[in-house]
Amino acid sequence: MTHSAIDLPVTADDRRIARLAAMAIGLTLAEAAIPSPIPGVKPGLANIVVLLVLLQHGWRAAVWVSGLRVLAGSLLLGSLFAPGFWLSAAGALASLAVLALARHLPARAFGPVSLSVLAAWGHIGGQLALAGAWLLPGAALIKLLPVFAAAALVFGAVNGVIVARLLAVPEADRRTPP
Amino acid sequence: MLLRAGDIGVLLAGGGIVVALAVFAWGGGRGDTVVIRAAGQVVETAALTHPQRFAVDGPLGTTRIEIEPGRARVAADPSPRQLCVKQGWLTQSGQAALCLPNQVSLEIRGHASAYDTLGY
Repeated sequence: MTHSAIDLPVTADDRRIARLAAMAIGLTLAEAAIPSPIPGVKPGLANIVVLLVLLQHGWRAAVWVSGLRVLAGSLLLGSLFAPGFWLSAAGALASLAVLALARHLPARAFGPVSLSVLAAWGHIGGQLALAGAWLLPGAALIKLLPVFAAAALVFGAVNGVIVARLLAVPEADRRTPP
Repeated sequence: MLLRAGDIGVLLAGGGIVVALAVFAWGGGRGDTVVIRAAGQVVETAALTHPQRFAVDGPLGTTRIEIEPGRARVAADPSPRQLCVKQGWLTQSGQAALCLPNQVSLEIRGHASAYDTLGY
């Protein structure tokens, strides 16, 4: 019997991404417990974490956190590879694509609120595109579009303000473990 | 600064887009003509442009229909439960008020019909 130890070097980056992804997953689970009048209209609290990561640690880290959140979140909710998982993945993907472009907007004029609103629209856009193409072809999704767009605007703005508030807290005051 | 200049622009533009979407998705169904039937036969087709009144006779009596610019309703009907009267004003394409006991119906039509046909 050979004893072999597989060494997986863990960098500080990995730990940080894992910690932030865990926060996003926690928010996803908490949000799943909130009753919603219309399926699909959710506050998207995990996007707060994704946006914070994007602004503080860059786009690559945000992609990791968002991907881990979708994967582990659906694993914990028991919806892995169910339609809801694919909708969630499509939304996260579209949202990240939008953020990849939007983060190059001049930061002096466009703050977290803009990014959050645009990301929320990316999210709902990706979800509705997949739903329209795959799950409900021919259904009158267009009739629901204003509802989803308005919800994305409101929740996106609120989440953006939360991100801006969190960023405004001085680094030293944050309770982050070393 | 929680809100920057561009953020306010994004929010305003977003509000505009939401309103435009709502008008685009929901507003297109306003009707412009009304079709009145008695016992299944079309007795009157009128444009919703100016105030008009019609009286249609059925097995129970006379159904009075009132038309105003953009809307129409059954003003009075001899049916016992008054369902078609209680529906009030109809404005959207595809809406209909049926006075079944008196065999009179009122249907709003628009440019784009929401349905090819409706079976009752």
